Amino acid sequence: MKLLKTLAITTALAALFASPAFAQTRIALVVKSLGNGFFDAANKGAQEAAAELGDVEVIYTGPTAATAEAQIEVINSLIAQQVDAIAISANDPDALVPALKKAMERGIKVISFDSGVAPEGRQVHLNPSETSLIGSTIIKLAADYLPDGGDVAILSASSTATNQNAWIEAAKAALPKDFPNINLVATVYGDDDSVKSTDEAKGLIASYPNLKAIIAPTTVGVVAAAQVVTDMGLIGKVNVTGLALPSEFKQFIDNGASQAVALWNPIDLGYSAVMIANDLVKGGEAKPGATLAIGRMGSITLDDTNSAAMAPPFTFDKSNIEEFSKIY
Amino acid sequence: MTDTPAPRHLPNRLDNPLRSTILSWESLLIIVAVVIFIINSFASPYFLNAYSLSDLTFNFTEKALIALAMALLIIAGEIDLSVAAIIALASTLMGFALQFGADTPMLVAIGVGTGIVCGAFNGFLVTGLKLPSIVVTIGTMSLFRGISFIILGDQSYKGYPASFAWFGQGYVYWVISFELVLFLVMAVLYYVLLHRTNFGRRVYAIGNNDIAAQFSGVRVARTKFILFCLTGVMSGIAAVLLTARLGSTRPSIAEGFELEAITMVVLGGVSILGGAGSILGVVLAALIVGLVTFGLGLLNVPGIVMTIFTGSLLIVVIALPILFRQWRNRRPA
Repeated sequence: MKLLKTLAITTALAALFASPAFAQTRIALVVKSLGNGFFDAANKGAQEAAAELGDVEVIYTGPTAATAEAQIEVINSLIAQQVDAIAISANDPDALVPALKKAMERGIKVISFDSGVAPEGRQVHLNPSETSLIGSTIIKLAADYLPDGGDVAILSASSTATNQNAWIEAAKAALPKDFPNINLVATVYGDDDSVKSTDEAKGLIASYPNLKAIIAPTTVGVVAAAQVVTDMGLIGKVNVTGLALPSEFKQFIDNGASQAVALWNPIDLGYSAVMIANDLVKGGEAKPGATLAIGRMGSITLDDTNSAAMAPPFTFDKSNIEEFSKIY
Repeated sequence: MTDTPAPRHLPNRLDNPLRSTILSWESLLIIVAVVIFIINSFASPYFLNAYSLSDLTFNFTEKALIALAMALLIIAGEIDLSVAAIIALASTLMGFALQFGADTPMLVAIGVGTGIVCGAFNGFLVTGLKLPSIVVTIGTMSLFRGISFIILGDQSYKGYPASFAWFGQGYVYWVISFELVLFLVMAVLYYVLLHRTNFGRRVYAIGNNDIAAQFSGVRVARTKFILFCLTGVMSGIAAVLLTARLGSTRPSIAEGFELEAITMVVLGGVSILGGAGSILGVVLAALIVGLVTFGLGLLNVPGIVMTIFTGSLLIVVIALPILFRQWRNRRPA
């Protein structure tokens, strides 16, 4: 009986999953980890691009744990599926290089977006914005509400996250000349984990009694920090700011735990990533100085490391959070 | 006390009298592996391909190497939760040596050497100071990875030589990777060690009752110390392979590997309480974990579903023998 049941399940599964070969272009959108609102929004944009292009299928995938090892397993399965292009937001700029090189050797176009891969592991990198601009924006978000200056701290994602580290470096560079009375007292890492981010935020508040603002350049950390400030009754004393998804963060703008946050548009980012990947599949060449069309977003021009920036970040405050929280 | 007692048969599993191999855990695992292989072949047109099957092996070889040694440790009634942290420390020290121009043999020696030292440190704390292994290795898990974070911070080491990369990316013949060959060789060595030597018999004896084993003349502390060193060595070897495969080192390398290795051991039929289990079971379990994750990956099933699948598999595996035993005990009036 057990054998019969096994056979029945096998047949059912085979029938369920057996899919015809696709004649169209298949582009995989590989994200740092699934279950992250930012990347779900990017997928929305990617699907929009696919619909606009017509002959493109987008495969939205990624690991559960935001580690390079797990992402390599995803890349290996995409190589086996012989997809046409991979657009990836990397958990590690270096560790993915051997796996992505293998993908390119087997004829797959590889671009990175959001969080980049070292140049030898991809053909194009799409930055959501300009690193230096983001760095000064996250400090400015705090400084705008601190006319007399004061202590601020940064709650980041993992200590190896490519983009967060670059922004923090840029923020530190902007501090002395543009924000002389802002004092950055600490940088801690919540690993994009709600529990760890909450603990780190509590630690900051306990260690620095004069803390005026927590800057979290990560959508997970900023929510955790705002929740801590709300729970501990510190609204009005500690301002939480950083990079946040409007839909996840609206309540903290409403209750005053945060004055303003910023983010670029992940929908546009996913859209542009698919457009660039499609350009490459259809014969576009990735070389310094080349210009690639990205549909409704216009076009990008590659710099000497084959990277390009999409757009400047966008500030959300009481005036517009309502509107954007409905979009993503 | 002049008579030498006749050698007694000590069964590998107490709950299974090995009436026939058909009923054994390993046979069940073989059936599961074959079924999953068949489902995969039907489910995805890309599965039955030499390159795909070769890529599949990279999903489990490093963790499975650790699982081999971990199986012996768990059979002996101990556990090592610091294996992934040992990988991080070994990888960091290899990267550190690379900055001073270490060549490939030197790098491998440092990686494996770090593993031995870390394993011996765990072994000393458990057997020398008589501390519980779960507490010791939770501590050293933070300690070893902490040292990596101190050395590296948010930086990473890269630029490993091509001859070193071969250990993690190279192929011995056609699509047969070095990692797979090493795993198979090690599996045979561990099979012989556990099932064909006196040392292996002592491991079972300790796991079933370490006080009785002590009074029977088994040097319990020394045996356990050796087992911790073996787990350390295997972690060091895994560190060499993983570092070579990633071509870089960062302090968060191999995060979560300890639980995946232990999953393979338990799925392989090793009793988490010690005293029972086999190497064949662990090898099959590693293969099953690899087949499941790669098969679901080919269908672009989200990672969350894979985690749920592996978790359910583990619970079923632990619950089945217990339910079977209860059912068998109730049957005869």
